[in-house]
Amino acid sequence: MDIKHYDTIIIGAGPAGLTAGIYLSRARASVLILDSGVAGGQMILTHEIANYPGFEHISGYELSNNMRLQAKNFGCIIKSGISIQTIDFESETKSVSLSNGSRYTSDTIILATGGRSRSLNVPGEDLFRGRGISYCATCDGDFFTGKEIAVVGGGNSALEEAVSLTKYATKVTLIHQFDHFQGFKHAEEEVWNNPKIEVMLQSRINSFNGTEKLESISVENLHTKASKEIKLDGVFIFIGYEANTDFLQGKCIKLNERKEIIADMNMHTNIDGVFAAGDAIAKKYRQITLAVADGTVAALNAMEYINQRKTKLSGVVS
Amino acid sequence: MVLPTTLKHVATAAELTELINTESNVMVCCGRMGPMCIPVYGVMDELQDEYTHVAFRDMMFGSPEAAIIRNLPECRNFMGLPFTVYFKDGKVAAATSSIQNRDQITTILDREFGKA
Repeated sequence: MDIKHYDTIIIGAGPAGLTAGIYLSRARASVLILDSGVAGGQMILTHEIANYPGFEHISGYELSNNMRLQAKNFGCIIKSGISIQTIDFESETKSVSLSNGSRYTSDTIILATGGRSRSLNVPGEDLFRGRGISYCATCDGDFFTGKEIAVVGGGNSALEEAVSLTKYATKVTLIHQFDHFQGFKHAEEEVWNNPKIEVMLQSRINSFNGTEKLESISVENLHTKASKEIKLDGVFIFIGYEANTDFLQGKCIKLNERKEIIADMNMHTNIDGVFAAGDAIAKKYRQITLAVADGTVAALNAMEYINQRKTKLSGVVS
Repeated sequence: MVLPTTLKHVATAAELTELINTESNVMVCCGRMGPMCIPVYGVMDELQDEYTHVAFRDMMFGSPEAAIIRNLPECRNFMGLPFTVYFKDGKVAAATSSIQNRDQITTILDREFGKA
């Protein structure tokens, strides 16, 4: 089997990973970028971006394509739609094996795996996705004109989308597991003042039911433990984001209690030669500009690490 | 009216009819430029070079011409964008609603049209 060696393997082709790739390949490092989806990460899903300096308005699709092409033109090899089987972080020479049998080695690894929308993970969720269950009010709201729906969540997204969906639905039931909302006061007030919204606090959905499409949900009151079935046509789920770090569970890379990667100010993880950047790391704010900054810092420090390693190795040889 | 993607587009019902009558294997993603649709266009874009025996196209969901997709019996219960339809020899072989990942798409492509 052919094993190709790179200076850096970047896992994740969102803004953090692509930026790291641009900086490293421009510094003449050999770079492989791997992504399980398509290049762009969460950024590609953003309809319009109005706070990325230099562009008054740009779609996430266009900005993603620009970054991908820039990285590619500087020499990065980008492989999308891959599935990682194993990673060796701890050896001095790192290695990544893919499920298609390919194996790559590198001096450094940058973890830029980003985040994803959280799912409820209850029975029926996968079955009725697109047949009553949605994660995007802008995309699918008008399918529910004149129908009864529910929104799940208690943060700003859930509150704002519940209000926005009343443009279409005759009734919106807002279901949240805690006894209070986590959003801004003004967003909460809009919910309480909207006659089309019914609020169910301290409640959770236990199952989605139906045959060819969603017909009802089973909801449990977490305080009284009583369950009831609500007949409806749709459910929109807005329960936040989580880091894409499942493949790091139980591995040597240190994660926090939210399963986010712990990196220092140089984006170095607890493992020598392994850096992290973007939405997968533990931090307060998640923005494209910050992911780009993280990617830059990770790349510059990875470059320094690579140079030091090469100097050390050449010293050994001479 | 066409979508601003890098895919080839189908703009009219007549174009789609002609396409499915002339090409054996056709995948059409009918959507908007939203977060559920864009990843599907991205996957299709990447698969084009691999699945050369399949014609990949997108179509603007909001266009009146897209009624040809929206009104398919196979899409009757769909309530999530995009509507993605796979045509084999002019007939609907499979249809999905909402976001799909690469594995889900290649599973259908391999099953209906054969592996790349």
